[in-house]
Amino acid sequence: MSVTSPLISFEHVRKHFDGGRGAAPVLAVNDVSLAIAPGEFLAIVGASGSGKTTLLRLANRLIAPDSGRIAIDGADIANVDVIALRRSIGTVFQSGGLFPHMSVADNIGITPKLLGWPAAQIAARVDELMTLMLLDPAPHRDRLPGQLSGGQRQRVSVARALAARPHIVLMDEPFGALDPLTRDALGEDYRRLHRELGLTTIMITHDMAEAVLLADRIVVMREGRIVAQGTATELASVDDTDVDALLQTPRRQAERLRDLLPRNAAS
Amino acid sequence: MNLWSDPRWGDALGHLPDYLGNHVRVSLAALALGLLVSLPLALLARHRPGLRGALLGFASVVQTVPGLALLALFYPLLLALAALTARWLGFGFSAFGFLPAMLALALYSMLPVLRNTITGLQGNDPAILEAAQAVGMTPQQSLRMVELPLALPVIMAGIRTATVWVIGTATLSTPIGQTSLGNYIFAGLQTQNWVFVLFGCAASAVLALIVDQILALIETGAQRRSRFRVVMGVIGVVLLIAAALMPSLSRARQSYVVGAKTFTEQYILAALLTQRLQAAGLPATTRGGLGSSVIFNALESGDIDAYVDYSGTLWANQMHRTDIKARDELLAALLGKLGFENAYALVMPKARAEALGIHSIADLAAHAGEMSVAGDYEIFSRPEWASLRKAYSLTFRQQRQMQPDFMYAAVAAGEVDVIAGYTSDGLIAKYNLVVLGDPKHAIPPYDAMVLLAPKRENDSALRDALIPLLGKIDIATMREANLRASGSQSAADVAKWLWEKIGAKGPAH
Repeated sequence: MSVTSPLISFEHVRKHFDGGRGAAPVLAVNDVSLAIAPGEFLAIVGASGSGKTTLLRLANRLIAPDSGRIAIDGADIANVDVIALRRSIGTVFQSGGLFPHMSVADNIGITPKLLGWPAAQIAARVDELMTLMLLDPAPHRDRLPGQLSGGQRQRVSVARALAARPHIVLMDEPFGALDPLTRDALGEDYRRLHRELGLTTIMITHDMAEAVLLADRIVVMREGRIVAQGTATELASVDDTDVDALLQTPRRQAERLRDLLPRNAAS
Repeated sequence: MNLWSDPRWGDALGHLPDYLGNHVRVSLAALALGLLVSLPLALLARHRPGLRGALLGFASVVQTVPGLALLALFYPLLLALAALTARWLGFGFSAFGFLPAMLALALYSMLPVLRNTITGLQGNDPAILEAAQAVGMTPQQSLRMVELPLALPVIMAGIRTATVWVIGTATLSTPIGQTSLGNYIFAGLQTQNWVFVLFGCAASAVLALIVDQILALIETGAQRRSRFRVVMGVIGVVLLIAAALMPSLSRARQSYVVGAKTFTEQYILAALLTQRLQAAGLPATTRGGLGSSVIFNALESGDIDAYVDYSGTLWANQMHRTDIKARDELLAALLGKLGFENAYALVMPKARAEALGIHSIADLAAHAGEMSVAGDYEIFSRPEWASLRKAYSLTFRQQRQMQPDFMYAAVAAGEVDVIAGYTSDGLIAKYNLVVLGDPKHAIPPYDAMVLLAPKRENDSALRDALIPLLGKIDIATMREANLRASGSQSAADVAKWLWEKIGAKGPAH
């Protein structure tokens, strides 16, 4: 993977926000450099306020960096048409970000519609994606998001992100608000799609267990900086109390679960 | 008499197509203009806090101006503007009726539309707006596909509030010459025709409710994606517009317009003048309920063709104006005197006056310090009131203003001690009141005179139709006519009675 050129690269990116009311400005992203290879599934973890969401919003230029360069396929995104850029990237929001006044089908088909696809092609694509996301099209197509369960809404949100066949998907705590069972199922379903469709995914999460289970590589952020990155195994050898603490939680959970749920009742 | 068998209901119903059509027309035009201005302004202001504050501040200030005053202010404003365009651009326009009413009402409709549109758009969930950006919408697409649809209920609530306000406030456009359902209310209030007042209020309330429901139909139709509801709503709007245009299509264009101010005698005399013109084969209509300062200007600019005014009023209101032109036009417009005088006079109960030995204002002066006086809305600020007080050293304990038709009952009941009434009022006899003498002639003469518009100065057909009235109406006849009209008779019926009574005396020459 290291020989291929990166699909997405952050080079010395900085972004600050005004503190407001005389408070000191907040440096949300502080000199971050990061390269994401095509096909990679990258998870960014960190406490709230660590700058992980800001980093994601910089990637599809919902905000612009103060300094540094963000490139996709080698092209600086500051110089490309921002509307076309966003249409070429799928985005899944924490609480779904579905348009409450549009039906499931209209939500899923929105980016193809903006791209000017013919209506028949959009309809076919919507059904295809709903099937892919394990949502029965016929009973769900014309419902409003408010009439769906949380898990169904997130499935629609993922379907919407994939509708215009993007190569890149950005996810901001996509499964955070779901119950553990739904979360696990949806995570596994997405991981499968990521592989099958050859996607490149950046996922933000505060759940280290989720990151370990889904991602190829994990980036740990603190106070706007990357403090560690690598596979779960590589992170285990990093000498940093925060990284250690982050890894402790899934490790402890795994040990307790092993003790409490013995696979072999006889042992 | 049973309230429901009252013949005035039929009379009221006869006016409905004209009043309702004009009311709908001015209201819809004002709303359309208001929306056309407010909605783009609200969109423009949503990301500009400075403009937003200025707009909402301006609209709030407009809202604090009473509706009647706002409407009245537009009249002189447009009059001045029309004079300017006539001078600089070579064309004038009518500052009377439709235009000032529509502009004032449009201004009045702005606050709820502006405020609800701005707050509705601001109230949208920022996460949804960011999602709209992230799926690749341009700012215009986001506005059209996400922000406006989500804010629609709030925006529609504003539009519906504006609609109800405008339809209600449009009843106040009668005094500036716009026919509306307010004609019932103003005429009814002045002639104590409660059937008219009730009819006007009910008609405008029903109209407001119907339009509100039509808008609600469109709103819910848009939300529930029900094409049926939207189509029904749009049909409703189209029907309204058709109803609004109907009277203007059916009305004869070249018709003489007789004006009337806002009191009983004026309604009777305007009806009399109109009937005389119609009897002479001239098409004529009445425009009633005009403000006392509006009516002369309307005559001057030719928006009305004739009306009856009083010499003292003209002297106080019009002659003191600095422009000589107005005085010349006034004299040119004068057709002649009707024969009676309707002057201000101090009036009190006959029994009380006799008990106190009061026969004239000079006798009253000694008692005035313990007495309260009531008058109409203008008397206490008119020059003759000052001259009256000066001539007799009059100082009252208390001054009150009230609706002219209520003050006779008030003084008869002892709620006030003296009123500044009108000499031709029939209620003086009805309530057994006495007119106090004015030995020092502090009150100027108030001869009733027929005035013609300058453009009708040489209109012999018009003059010939009205000249038989001159010098024929004495004070006793006018008092009786006024008394009849404050009962259950319509102004038109009283005018017919009046003509029979004076017509019997034979032609004037």
